[in-house]
Order: sequence, then structure tokens, then C-alpha cells
Amino acid sequence: MKAMLTAFVATALISVAAYYTLQGAGYSAAEKTTAPSSVRLN
Amino acid sequence: MTQTIGALLIALFSMTVGLSHANETTRESTGGAQTLQDIMARQAGQQIDDSFRRDATGNPDAAKQITEQLGVLGGVSDSEVFRGIRYSDLDIKVSNSGPAADILVQDGGMRWLELRQGPLATYGGGALLGIIGLLVFFYFARGRIMIDGGPAGTTIERFKAVERFGHWVLASSFVLLGLTGLLTLLGRQLLIPVIGHEAFSTLAIGSKWIHNNVAWAFMLGLFMTFFMWVWHNIPNKLDLVWFAKGGGIFGKEHPPAKKFNAGQKIIFWTVMVLGFSVSLSGISLLFPFEYPMFAKTFAIMNSVFGSSYPTELLPHEEMQYAQIWHAIVAFVMMVAIVAHIYIGSVGMEGAFDAMGNGQVDLEWARQHHSLWVC
Repeated sequence: MKAMLTAFVATALISVAAYYTLQGAGYSAAEKTTAPSSVRLN
Repeated sequence: MTQTIGALLIALFSMTVGLSHANETTRESTGGAQTLQDIMARQAGQQIDDSFRRDATGNPDAAKQITEQLGVLGGVSDSEVFRGIRYSDLDIKVSNSGPAADILVQDGGMRWLELRQGPLATYGGGALLGIIGLLVFFYFARGRIMIDGGPAGTTIERFKAVERFGHWVLASSFVLLGLTGLLTLLGRQLLIPVIGHEAFSTLAIGSKWIHNNVAWAFMLGLFMTFFMWVWHNIPNKLDLVWFAKGGGIFGKEHPPAKKFNAGQKIIFWTVMVLGFSVSLSGISLLFPFEYPMFAKTFAIMNSVFGSSYPTELLPHEEMQYAQIWHAIVAFVMMVAIVAHIYIGSVGMEGAFDAMGNGQVDLEWARQHHSLWVC
């Protein structure tokens, strides 16, 4: 059962790590469409 | 008398409409614009040649003087500009330079929405309910598959800790992805009437977060289990014997099997092939417009099978194909995995221990994996 519970914790940790990694890399949909670099202001 | 005159008028009107339809095939009566037949055919979902509209987007070279009618638009009219927008055949300048920002109209979206909310939800949900119903029926008809003669009392290691870890990373992420995916696909239709918009909004936002981020754990689990078990899942002649004996599901005979029997190999390859496919379409959906893959896939299919799938897709169409394919593959996987969960838990005595603590009863191993245990 230890391997199963460790896997559940790992799944949660991987998910949180993926969230912060992708957010930091600027891959969110909001970042893609509304970031200053995406909007032509003149 | 009144009724007779009424019937005659209706018949006359029908004939007139019929005649006008016949005349409109050349689109003379509409000056080249679409006819009632075109509209009816489009609404009926029929393929129509719309080049008469698609290509009619004006001629800038024939621009009139600014003092003349339509002069300010150059050689095009308002309706020609709209056609250009609709068929993405216009050089549009927009303030947002994000991906696909210059696609202002994509009229294939309605077909996608109807498919998503109609057949996809109906058949997908129906398949899931169907397999659950089938398993409930099977359980009551066949009962739990027990160890003949009872357990031996001594155990043998079936899966190492790292194998169980990989399996449970894959399994836990798949369950979360399945539930949140179903909520995303069906929640609007099934849950909003029950829990309301506000509660569903919170649930949907949470589901989206889980679905987008747990996907990486799924891909890791898929990668791990593939490399740990692929060698044991290569099909061989023994699988034919297993199939010929129905896997021992009906009756008392246990066909010989190594570490994985033919049924488990089917589950393995279903999960691997469809898991890889659902991961690819998922990546395409995770990074909108960044990794279009359907136009390229269609081109390969056309060259191999001689089919005529579209090879030029708008960015939004790519996303729509990705979503539909993602959901179809996920439904097939869910149906297979529900059956796998059944046989690995309530359906067979001693099966869960293999992935629980890694130890299985020796007699269970002898009966279900006789060539592996010896």
C-alpha cells in the first residue's frame, strides 16, 4: 500500500509543480492573448 | 367551396415555390447570391459548393473613384468584405497579435458545438453507462471469480514497488482526468440544472485546473509503465490459446499465461496506444494554436489511404478536431479501464493484492499465471 499512497502524493506534487512551471514559463492562455507583448498598442 | 379554393391556392403556391426552386439552381433570380436551396442544404448539413460566395470577395483592382458609390471601400462592397472575413480571405489588422487573433469568424464552430453536445455526449455517456450495466449483469450472472480450492496461504511477489508506483500514478491521474473531463463535457447539460450556474462555475474552474495539470502525471505514468511492461506484453501464440478458452472466464479451466495474459495485454496496448494519442491531442489543447496536428495527420492519411480529408484547417478547426478526438479516445479508454477496474477488484478474488501490496497468493498465481509462477 505504501507504493500506492506514494503515487497519489506524487501525482498531486507533479500537478502543482506543472502548474507553477508552466505559469512561470508564460504558457497560460491569458498570458498568450493579453500579455503586453501580444497586444499591438499603436 | 371555401375549402376547395383554399386547397387550390395551396397547390398553386407549392407549384410556384417548386418552380422557383428549379429556376434558382443557376442563382439567376438572386443575382448570383445564395438561394433558398443553398440555405436549406446547408442547414441540412449537406456539402454544397460555396465557391460562388467564397470567391466573391471583391476586386481591389477594379476600385472606383472615392467620389463614386462604394468608392471608400475600394473595389469591394460591404457584403464582399464580410465574405472575406467569414472565409478568412482578408488581410486583417487586429490589435491583438496573439495566435489566431485575425480569424474573426469561423462558421465551422457550430458543427463542432452540435457534435460535442449531441452525439459525443450521448454515445460517449451511453457507452460508459453500458459497460457499467454490463459488468453489474456479469457480476450477478457469473459471480466473483474465486481461487479454486481456496488460497494457499503463502504469497509470491508479483509487482515490485516501482511497478506499483508507476501503475498508481497512471491510475490515479486517469481517474482524476476522466472525472474532470466528464464534468467539463457534460456538466453544462447535467449539473447546471441541478446545482446552478454559480456552483458549477466553481466546480468547472477547479476541474479545469486539475485536468490541465494532472495530465503531466498521466504522461509520466504512461511512460513508466510502458518501459517497465512492454517486454511482457508482446503478443505470442499463447495468447491465441487464452482467447480460444475465453480466458477461463466461463467455466473452471484456467488457460496458461505468463506474467500478463492476453486480456491484460489488450488493456496494456489499449492504454498505451490511446494514452499516447490522448496525450498528443491533450498537448495540442493545453497550448492552444501552438501544436496543430490534424491537417498534417489528414495529409498523411490521404496519401496512404487515398481519402480526402481537409488538409487546410483554420487554427480554430484544429482545436475543434483535437477536442473531439481527445474526447472520443478518452471515452474508449474509460470503457476499457472500467472493465479493468472491475476485474482487478470486485470481479476476482486475490487480484487487487497484486497492485495493493505486490504480493499474490501462490494458488492464485498458479491458476491465472501458471507459466510465470513456475
